[in-house]
Amino acid sequence: MISAPYLEVAVLVLGAIILLVESFASQLDRRFLAYAALCGLGVIFLATFFVAPQSSTVSAPFWNFYSADAISLFFKRIALATTAGVLVMMLDFAPSVLVGVPAATPQSGLGEFFTLPLFTCAGLMWMASAIDFVLIFVSLELVTISFYVLVGFTRRNPASLEAAVKYLVLSAVATGFLVYGITWIFGATGETNLQKITTVFSRPDLEQNAALFGGVLVIVALGFKIAAVPFHIWVADVYQGAPTPVTAYLSVGSKAAGFIVLLRVLEPFLILPRMRAVLVAIAVLSLIYGNLAALPQTNVKRLLAYSSIAHAGYLLVAVVSFSGRAVAFYLVAYLLMTLLSFAVLVLVSQGGGDQLESFAGLSQRSPFLAFAMLVAMASLAGVPFTAGFLGKFLVFDAAVSAHHFGLVIVAVITVGAGFYYYFKVVRAIYWDAPPSSAGKIVVSPLTRFSIIVMIAGTFLLGVYPQPIFDALR
Amino acid sequence: MLLLVTFAPIVAAILIMLGLPARTTALAASLLTLLTSVLLFLGFDSFARGFQFVFTIPISTELRLNFALGVDGLSLLMILLGAIVLLAAVWFTGEVEHHENAFYACLLLIAGGAIGAFASLNLFFFYAFHELALIPTFLLIGIWGTGNRRAAAWKVTIYLALGSVILLVGLIMLYRAVPSSARSLDLRVLQAAASAGQIAPALQSSIYLVLLIGFGILISLVPFHTWAPEAYASAPAPAAMLHAGVLKKFGLYGLLRIASPFLPDGAQHWSGLLLVLLLANIIYIGLVTIAQRRLDWMLGYSSVMHMGYIFLGIASANILGTTGAAILMFAHGLSIALLFAITGEIRKRVPSLDFDAMGGLAKQMPLAAFAFGLGAFAAIGLPGFANFAAEIMVIFGAFRNGFDYQHFHIFQWATLLALWGVVLSAVYMLRAYRRTFFGSSPEPEIAISDIRSAFRFPIALLVAVSILFGFFPQIAVQRIAPAFRNYFSATQ
Repeated sequence: MISAPYLEVAVLVLGAIILLVESFASQLDRRFLAYAALCGLGVIFLATFFVAPQSSTVSAPFWNFYSADAISLFFKRIALATTAGVLVMMLDFAPSVLVGVPAATPQSGLGEFFTLPLFTCAGLMWMASAIDFVLIFVSLELVTISFYVLVGFTRRNPASLEAAVKYLVLSAVATGFLVYGITWIFGATGETNLQKITTVFSRPDLEQNAALFGGVLVIVALGFKIAAVPFHIWVADVYQGAPTPVTAYLSVGSKAAGFIVLLRVLEPFLILPRMRAVLVAIAVLSLIYGNLAALPQTNVKRLLAYSSIAHAGYLLVAVVSFSGRAVAFYLVAYLLMTLLSFAVLVLVSQGGGDQLESFAGLSQRSPFLAFAMLVAMASLAGVPFTAGFLGKFLVFDAAVSAHHFGLVIVAVITVGAGFYYYFKVVRAIYWDAPPSSAGKIVVSPLTRFSIIVMIAGTFLLGVYPQPIFDALR
Repeated sequence: MLLLVTFAPIVAAILIMLGLPARTTALAASLLTLLTSVLLFLGFDSFARGFQFVFTIPISTELRLNFALGVDGLSLLMILLGAIVLLAAVWFTGEVEHHENAFYACLLLIAGGAIGAFASLNLFFFYAFHELALIPTFLLIGIWGTGNRRAAAWKVTIYLALGSVILLVGLIMLYRAVPSSARSLDLRVLQAAASAGQIAPALQSSIYLVLLIGFGILISLVPFHTWAPEAYASAPAPAAMLHAGVLKKFGLYGLLRIASPFLPDGAQHWSGLLLVLLLANIIYIGLVTIAQRRLDWMLGYSSVMHMGYIFLGIASANILGTTGAAILMFAHGLSIALLFAITGEIRKRVPSLDFDAMGGLAKQMPLAAFAFGLGAFAAIGLPGFANFAAEIMVIFGAFRNGFDYQHFHIFQWATLLALWGVVLSAVYMLRAYRRTFFGSSPEPEIAISDIRSAFRFPIALLVAVSILFGFFPQIAVQRIAPAFRNYFSATQ
């Protein structure tokens, strides 16, 4: 049996070792580092199933910061799986990195590109366990700072630099909001530990307005992380400019971690009705804006950026309906289908860019990738027998049972809009003829394997959700 | 056996995509489906209560979700319809110009989805199987369609997707309306809860409205009908056969299976609205159909119009009317499939399906003319065809609803008005028949071959089944009526 905190330590050590190897073994093929990182992540993923349950007798101060309950383990697994998927994508993306980075030696820069996700992963895993504002803040910064580097990694590409600056500035503002919010909450309650804050909240002599103000500031900062409207301004440009695997990572990892923190932070706050109204408003705005703004997009990365906003909306519906189960399941489904679509995008865009036109006639250029993208789009749109549908089903179920009928009506309309823009990609793949210059697309065995795993996972969770529910218990 | 019927088309579709010879596999799978469903139909015990051939796999105790298949007379009749039309549609698919594999796989998926929905005893899978047809429909119309196919494909996809989501909300509301001890997605459990009166009447009417809108969009109930004629006019003939013949019946099946029996107070509450809408389907769409100038659009509208009668049967809420509605669903599926099949064959041979540009086809295509004539007579409801038997039952059933000898009630007036629809359908069908197959040929005359003699078999199949059920509706009635005995009184 392993103690839960060793998981993060293992990831960090793995990252440090790979960095060291990278700097000393200059002749080594850098892709070997990525394979090593993948193996390491796989081992740690397996290790999460052998974590000793948190003993209630130990009262070391550490456990005031850190929780090892089922939910945090579940989100750690999400972080590990996402990072592994992103690393596979990065291997396919490597040629574009080499073009985008000024290189003194062949393959220079690739080592860091493969290692940084590991540090991000450690941050995401800490976020999953954080039950104290101090640890939340520190782990959030670890994630954000490694993302600063990753977003601007291809620094010869102006779009990537623009994205990096935008992300840096807005992220710094969000961090400022977070610290300020924490200060207010600490001032009102005298605590930074979330469980203790909950007990303080039930006291009648609480300065409610001050705590509420702090809570709203924290929501602003987290809204930035999960890409919810009106904190979404950075999303489209950063997603489009960042290297595609990093976009996928931002879209899945950052969002998942944001939601676990949101769930934990909101636990004390949701007893305040005004807080719920704020969240409902954010959810409605995200649903409407994300889906409507995605309609006219012709760049697939940008389309996925707006769809990421829209999915933040569905997730928020589940959050305000108090359904942790729906949030967790939806996030897993979102992970599968988003990583799948980005994995296909990386391969397709190597030849002709991220525009919708480069998907034209994909069914003839590579039936396998065409089918993978069809599954991803169907799942994102919410077609039954895919994980995306079951996620939407749980969200709707939660909203109906919580009597949020206004939210349900908005969500129904936006799901209808979603079918249009996701099927636009399907249309390009299957209806349109391929450009005459385009040849077949080669898929490496590792990528093929991971895509097959994601397709299988999408279908399996679409009809058999029980493993996820079991893992949450 | 039921598992075989449900999954044969879907498995065949997957095998075809993996590279098996498309036409042979599709024919084999649809023959297998038909044979098994006939065996099921014959083996069905019409005296036993409840669902038969039940097959269950538990999936999630937490969601109270299980994968359950089972049939009663109503679903069995629909499965039989699906199997017959699937075989006919596959047979009628001649040469496909490109992507033959994908074409057959899409057809099989549509049929498999419809059959799966009819066989499901669980709301989740009932819904999910139906949605399985969404992407194949989009691809079939968009890739192999004719005319303004892309716009039509978009329209039908967005319409049906939106209708489905509304339906999903309605189903979730229904699931949530039952007290948590009895909460389940299983139809049998919900049925027990509903007959124990555990759903509050106020809740019933709101849920019924949501379900009516959701199903109504899928069935092309006025004013949600505009996708249907366009889609059927643009779709390749086998797709139109399956969609108009089978898949559209899903919505009606849902009303008969779920909305009316589980929410009787809701149905009562909205029966006035439903009557107005269905009369609009019959009279208004009937007039619109007469005004059509193209054969494919005329057929598309006629299929929308006939939905009105089935709605009338459902609205009548007694055993006679609902049984009639069920048989009419079956009969209409057969006749509209035949008509779309012949129209598809004509489309391949003439430059335009405009009535003004056609005429005298009977000389060159006697077999097509004969088959279309049979289909048209069946659609009008000539005695001898299943449509006639069913329409009689629907109209008597509706007339009997709330009848007393003193004065006419809303149902009697509605029935009288609906009777005029029979005249309307005779007008447009016979006019279309005359202008397509008789009269003078357009100048200059082009040489046209008759449809292949191999197509005699599917034509004979569709017509023979229609005539069989026309003369012996008891075969169906004795299997269906017990399904409704739990919900509806014999006299109302």
